[in-house]
Amino acid sequence: MLYFIEQCLNGVQLGMLLFLLAAGLTLIFGIMDLVNLAHGSLYMLGAYFAATFAGMTGSFVFGAILALIATAAAGMVLEVIAIRPLYGRSHLDHVLGTFGLLLFFNELVRLIWGPAGMTLSLPSEMLSAVQIVPGIYYPIYRLVIILVTLAVAALLYILVMRTRLGMLIRAGASNREMVGALGVNIKLLYTLVFGLGATLAGFAGLMQAPILTVQIGMGENILILAFVVIVIGGIGSIRGAFVASIIVGLIDTLGRAFLPDLLHAVLSTNAALTLAPALSSMSIYMLMAAVLVIRPEGLFPAASK
Amino acid sequence: MNAAPEFFRKNIPASWLNPRTGFTAAVLAILALVPLYAAVTGDPFALTLFTRMLILAIAAVSLNLIMGYGGMVSFGHAAYLGIGGYAVGILWKEGFTSGFVQWPVAIAVSALFALVIGALSLRTRGVYFIMITLAFAQMVYYVAQGLDRYGGDDGLTIGNRSSFAGILDIDNNTLFYYLCFALLLGSVYLVSRIVNSRFGLVIQGGRSNERRMRAIGFPTFRYKLVCFVIAGALCGLAGALLANHTNFISPALMYWTRSGDLMVMVILGGLGSLFGPVIGAVTYLLLEEALSRVTEYSGLIIGPALLLVAIYLRGGIEGLFAGARRD
Amino acid sequence: MTEPLLRVEGLTKRFGGVVAADAVALELARGEFHAVIGPNGAGKTTLIGLLAGEIPPHAGSIRFDGSDITRLRVDRRSRLGIARSFQITSLFSDFSALDNVALAVQAHCGHSFRFWKDARRDAVLREPARAALADVGLGARAQIRVDRLSHGEHRQLEIAIALATRPRLLLLDEPMAGLGPEESARMVGMLRKLKGAITVLLIEHDMETVFALADRVTVLVYGRVIASGDPAAIRTDPAVREAYLGEQEARAHD
Repeated sequence: MLYFIEQCLNGVQLGMLLFLLAAGLTLIFGIMDLVNLAHGSLYMLGAYFAATFAGMTGSFVFGAILALIATAAAGMVLEVIAIRPLYGRSHLDHVLGTFGLLLFFNELVRLIWGPAGMTLSLPSEMLSAVQIVPGIYYPIYRLVIILVTLAVAALLYILVMRTRLGMLIRAGASNREMVGALGVNIKLLYTLVFGLGATLAGFAGLMQAPILTVQIGMGENILILAFVVIVIGGIGSIRGAFVASIIVGLIDTLGRAFLPDLLHAVLSTNAALTLAPALSSMSIYMLMAAVLVIRPEGLFPAASK
Repeated sequence: MNAAPEFFRKNIPASWLNPRTGFTAAVLAILALVPLYAAVTGDPFALTLFTRMLILAIAAVSLNLIMGYGGMVSFGHAAYLGIGGYAVGILWKEGFTSGFVQWPVAIAVSALFALVIGALSLRTRGVYFIMITLAFAQMVYYVAQGLDRYGGDDGLTIGNRSSFAGILDIDNNTLFYYLCFALLLGSVYLVSRIVNSRFGLVIQGGRSNERRMRAIGFPTFRYKLVCFVIAGALCGLAGALLANHTNFISPALMYWTRSGDLMVMVILGGLGSLFGPVIGAVTYLLLEEALSRVTEYSGLIIGPALLLVAIYLRGGIEGLFAGARRD
Repeated sequence: MTEPLLRVEGLTKRFGGVVAADAVALELARGEFHAVIGPNGAGKTTLIGLLAGEIPPHAGSIRFDGSDITRLRVDRRSRLGIARSFQITSLFSDFSALDNVALAVQAHCGHSFRFWKDARRDAVLREPARAALADVGLGARAQIRVDRLSHGEHRQLEIAIALATRPRLLLLDEPMAGLGPEESARMVGMLRKLKGAITVLLIEHDMETVFALADRVTVLVYGRVIASGDPAAIRTDPAVREAYLGEQEARAHD
């Protein structure tokens, strides 16, 4: 039971990281109609920047702040130089172009930081467990991830729903031409939105760095999960991304934790051993398949153009 | 009296005589002569490299069928390379070494996967479709990683190439090369017949204007699904060839960036043209090979090059010859 | 008393807060030429969408030749004999005019799971297609790629494609949109030929055309049918004049 609760918390934590990525992806797609395969590269840059700056300053927090600024800047520069020419093109052109960017960034990181990857360490107190509810212990840092990303989600909600920028974002999502016709500086808006997405991605990357990984290609795996989240949640919908992230995070984590045991109970040892790792990683794809059958537009499809 | 030129002028359509055809013919001629070159120079590397090109060209041809002609941008096509390859590898490991068993099974299993994945994915369109095919392919990748018995993440070395009961000895690299070449030409011919048939016109019409297709009475879903299955099956054959070529299979065969490579080949060669994917495959792989000799960081050049192609080149390499033939 | 070919009852469709179709009721007898008119935004194109099967209704029913087709998909309805043309031209722009029409013929020529024979050399498909093109006056333009045809030729092609499916009911959504006087006259001539041969539901703004061709007219305002009857009656109906024709006449007298 305790193990179950712990795994649920892990699932929520994964879900929150996914949300940061998915929110950026879905915003960029919803407003600029751009498929961005290089989103995972920004996630990767966030982690690498954080590891580097934390190493230089000796502090995780300073390193994180500097990394956020650097990633946001990198994102906006990238938008101006490489992404702008792609607006209005077919999605295939987007896929081709951003795929090229992905290859480029992987190689660039390998050139600058070497192939070995990096580590980002935390002050040891952060990794110790704290009692959140009598009898249940959970690592402080993982709690921090959940709480901080929830705060970011709340900020994002306020930004999109309550500020002028957010209003422009929502208007742009449902009618691009009108927003342009109203005299809003569309170019600047797009750059800011892209920068926001980049920051969120970088933030996810640096948050998970101490507990998971900082290595080349780390963006690809989680990017696919983020795509699944968007498909399930509905492209263009942040609310959908939030709900779907939690669901996907929970199912993936719980699936990996409990499916092997379930299989052992039902099948012979050999069969279970062979199938377990494969099936548990399949669980979210089965979920996605189920959603596709029932609701191909996703759970919360945003207004279509 | 030389009647030959007269004969050619009367029997070959004028539309065939243009720079594009010339270029294609040149490429095919070069491909046909590679083993000769390898024998003369005693350098087996060229043969290995070009065999791989032929095999990936077959995969690109299959992707072009659904993507170029059908407008279905599948970002998970490398999965079928893997499935075909694993069919051969798994069967070999379980004692079925005959190509007469392995290759049909590779094709059939790939077709089956394409049927299931297609049935689910084709319910969506546009960017959803791209993401979903990507996700399903990655799922197959993870499943393969979990197959410890067949090497898991490290992959499986296949001790022997498929045997064809003495009829065909594909251990002979030159023979294998020409087999792949023949299969490539056969694939292109097959695609050429398909795309101009009634079925092909439905597929092309679906790419051009799906709403119109339904309005005139076509149940487009089933046709797209069948097309998807054909493409998957053909790519499965390529997978079987690849497993034989390298005597090795691993999940890396179907990592999603490999699907990206296939898409690049098709786009470079010009979407929806018959020989485009062949040219695209040859070009892309030659470029990759050449760059890797010059620098350790080829991605720094290929990456931006792809971006530039996406921004500036419409119709791909073939499009350079065709002008404004196709968008 | 023969069953009407098309019977629509209580057809309702809402888009968010907007009621695009408000309990629309309509009947078309076989061979009838029926026009639907109304101010812009009245829901006329929505009606075509509902009848063609692209838009699912919230309530109501559609009966075609006695059978309930309310839940049928677009392609099924087409195969039952309902054809439509689009208000905003929707063609296969990278194909020739002949290819466009031949595809329509093909759709009603059995299944298309034929993978080998060149369909462009199939007389079963090409001959009827050529005939349909000739009927609308595009015979000489058969081999031209659609994106090189003029707007007027596009509108003609829309009709040819619809006719090539040998429909029993033809839904025409403003076929004369954007046509000049000569082209309009030609289109009217074509429509006149259809009168009596096929059942037609025509949406059109050009009042002269409507009153010249239609057997009966329905007036749609804000998704509601406010009048339905023969052209003379509609012309003099006070509600119609006020809502629609009156405005036009008032402007004409300025």
